[in-house]
Amino acid sequence: MAVTHTDSRLPSAEEILEPSPAAKLRRRMLGHVGITLGGGVFLVIVAMALLAPWIAPHDPYLQDLAHRLIPPIWHEKGTWEHVLGTDQFGRDYLSRIIYGARISLLIGIAAMLISGIIGTAMGVVAGYFGGRIDMAITFVITTRLAMPVILIALAVVALIGSSLQIVILVLGFLIWDRFAVVMRSATQQVRNLDYVAAAQAAGCSTLRIILTEIMPNVVNSLIVVATVEVAHAVILEAALSFLGLGVQPPLPSWGLMISEGKGLMFFLPWVIAIPGTALFLLILSVNMLGDGMRDVTAPENRN
Amino acid sequence: MLAYAIKRFGVSILVAITVSIVTFTLLRLSGDPAVAMAGEGATAADVEYIRKHYGFDRSLLVQYSDWAAKALRGDFGESYYMKVKVSEVLFERLPVTMTLGALALTFAVLLSIPLGVLAAIRPNSLIDRFALTLAVVGQALPSFFFALILILFLGVKWRLLPISGSESWLNFIMPAIALGYYATPAFMRLTRAGMLDVLASDYIRTARAKGLRPLTVLFKHALRNAIIPVVSLAAVQLGFMLGGSIVIETIFSLNGVGRLAWQSIQRSDFEMMQAIVLVVACLYIVLTYIADLLNAYLDPRIRVG
Amino acid sequence: MSILTVENLSVDIPLAGGVLHPVRDISFSVEAGKTLAIVGESGCGKSLTSLAIMELLPTAATRSATRLDFAGQSLLSLSERRMSDIRGDRMSMIFQDPMTSLNPAYPIGDQLEESLLRHRKVTRREARDRAVYLLEKVGITAAESRLGQYPHQLSGGLRQRVMIAMGLMCGPELIIADEPTTALDVTIQAQILLLLADLQKEFGMALILITHDLGVVARVADRVAVMYAGQIVETGTAEQVFREPTHPYTRGLLECIPIPGKTAPGSPLGSIPGIVPSLIGELHGCSFRDRCELAHEACAVPEIIPMRELDARRGYRCVLDPRSMAGEIAEAGLQ
Repeated sequence: MAVTHTDSRLPSAEEILEPSPAAKLRRRMLGHVGITLGGGVFLVIVAMALLAPWIAPHDPYLQDLAHRLIPPIWHEKGTWEHVLGTDQFGRDYLSRIIYGARISLLIGIAAMLISGIIGTAMGVVAGYFGGRIDMAITFVITTRLAMPVILIALAVVALIGSSLQIVILVLGFLIWDRFAVVMRSATQQVRNLDYVAAAQAAGCSTLRIILTEIMPNVVNSLIVVATVEVAHAVILEAALSFLGLGVQPPLPSWGLMISEGKGLMFFLPWVIAIPGTALFLLILSVNMLGDGMRDVTAPENRN
Repeated sequence: MLAYAIKRFGVSILVAITVSIVTFTLLRLSGDPAVAMAGEGATAADVEYIRKHYGFDRSLLVQYSDWAAKALRGDFGESYYMKVKVSEVLFERLPVTMTLGALALTFAVLLSIPLGVLAAIRPNSLIDRFALTLAVVGQALPSFFFALILILFLGVKWRLLPISGSESWLNFIMPAIALGYYATPAFMRLTRAGMLDVLASDYIRTARAKGLRPLTVLFKHALRNAIIPVVSLAAVQLGFMLGGSIVIETIFSLNGVGRLAWQSIQRSDFEMMQAIVLVVACLYIVLTYIADLLNAYLDPRIRVG
Repeated sequence: MSILTVENLSVDIPLAGGVLHPVRDISFSVEAGKTLAIVGESGCGKSLTSLAIMELLPTAATRSATRLDFAGQSLLSLSERRMSDIRGDRMSMIFQDPMTSLNPAYPIGDQLEESLLRHRKVTRREARDRAVYLLEKVGITAAESRLGQYPHQLSGGLRQRVMIAMGLMCGPELIIADEPTTALDVTIQAQILLLLADLQKEFGMALILITHDLGVVARVADRVAVMYAGQIVETGTAEQVFREPTHPYTRGLLECIPIPGKTAPGSPLGSIPGIVPSLIGELHGCSFRDRCELAHEACAVPEIIPMRELDARRGYRCVLDPRSMAGEIAEAGLQ
């Protein structure tokens, strides 16, 4: 049988003018509730932290013992002078919350960066080289996983002495395990693809191959883990400060504020509710952002 | 299967040893035990005496070997502050923590698996969105904050449960919820994802084609396969809970290993800290080992070559 | 006597870009104890047809029909409960891929027995005996010792035999076999098909055999229905369809098969140019017109081309009638 009719499958004008993959990704991102809502709230908190000196109504360290424990504005005794009330030392709660955002974000992001560098290096090396190196690194990861993070962190901080910097370092050196595991797995998937072999055949150095061929393709997983670990670090710092071994007073860490307000919580629940809610919102927004990034960059992993 | 079990066992032992070495080194390097024990206001002579008496002046290697040799016999040394053998106190308190962990795990599983199954049967329905929302919210609430909220409402406002101590099983309810809820999102998501995958598989279609009843298809055929990764996760989560119990036990004044750890940390009780970390790590290792074996056992493709 | 009568069966699946119509107004019937083969290329809708009959369609899909009678009973308004009573009991199905169609977590004995235990009041012992009996019937030796084996311990061919045995557990009146040999080694395919044919004769069941392998059909089927783009384009007895194919598509299909002895070695194999049209949205005219030599304006009318009946048991869907078709073919200089 011979062909009689024309193939009606030439691309149409619309198909030729389709948006680029990058534009499509951007559109998907903006359409995703998790990213817009979570990202939005997160940006608000970041803005709050960055603009703290200008938007905080009072000095967060300024004590005013004559005006202690004024309730927030929604109570009948609240005043606009102290929208979120004052703590047991008369310090303005709103200002402390705003400055507290700096602490949570600083620790969250710094610890994530440190653990990210450590974990990604380990994971990529293990995934790329395989064999004995992989076995050794996997053993190190397994050992780290067996160690109870909170106990170790508490013990080390108790012995060295606690401060903002020490908390960042201790957390950064402890929470790299997820980076290592995920990056190792992602690298393994990419490693055997053709363009890596092509680069090797062309004689590129290992470091160059890792940086130019492997990394761009595992960046998606990296971003998702990074958001998870920011939230993780924030929670750990809050727990450490709550127990008194994190950031030290008078710094306005939200975890510390909860701890300081613990004794009053039966009569004045807002003392712990306010910093607790702040923590909740920060962690929630970061998690939503991370979930959204994961959904958008790898739709097959979607819930 | 047997070869696999043996190999994993060997690795586990190695990991346990490494954990003990790392912890030992970390603790010794973080602080000077002699100084910590001597306390404030001690003279240099006091510190020197303690150092010689407890052997802190020896090299790390010697100190560790000494400790390890004794540890293998079950002797973790003596707590400087409590003046009793570490092992005695530790194993006396362990049951409380293990009970707490088991209850927390039970709570998490009882809540999350039915939710996960329901969410998978009706994806994108109201119950699915509710389950996912619960998961997202649950992960954003720090456990110590949640514990305080529970105390505030269940303990004080409505006076339903006791808020401290460990006399009766009622004392364990709030701590178990506070400790366990954090694992719920992970279980729920895993169950849901696993069920969604399994329900779309060919053998479920075969089961329906045989005319089997919906509940049979759901539980006998689908859940049986979907639950395998959840079982491993359960063991791992239990391990995490044992480590994370320190915060909850402190808040609720439960006399478990976690609270003991907290007290030893505050008192720089090195012997106790070292022993607790090792015991918790070993429990975690044992649990992950069991999880691996369970994983292999539940899948006939691995169990029966 | 017809055991299954289907009239105007359609399956619709709403997609993001419109509604997909993978099955469009299919009508056919199956006689008790006889074999109907439904042939067509991948994607023509044959599998969905069988799933639609059994009410096993994915949730997004909807089924509609003016008539769907099984053994005199209408299946259309049957509740899920009553339908599940029929499934596996009086009407059973054998699927394409035996690797994934058996539950890896349970031994095959269990999976066989549960079928019978669900539909009959028998003891476990009786169910077991029946399972052993059927395993032997499908050619599995040492059947009793196999009951405790898991699916992954059996080869593909063995697994498919188990699937067949499973389909027979309750003594169904109709078996639907959806491409039962496609996923198997070529050497085993013939064995399995002959097995099916033998069992069908022995147990007197009706069989719907869905396949794209025409060679198979000729040996095994009583009647044939050719499907294309969601429609049945030709029906008839196996002999009629193979000896004197009427519809251009059927003819094209048969020309694709090399016949040892007749097809000269080295001569070009026939092929049908073009691809299957999209089945989304409104469809009209003949779906085959883009690939057919004999197409002309009458093929592109807004209405769907109806089936023409050549005689009581033969039909085809084309605007041309056989004589003028023969004329045009001769004109075009084709054999």
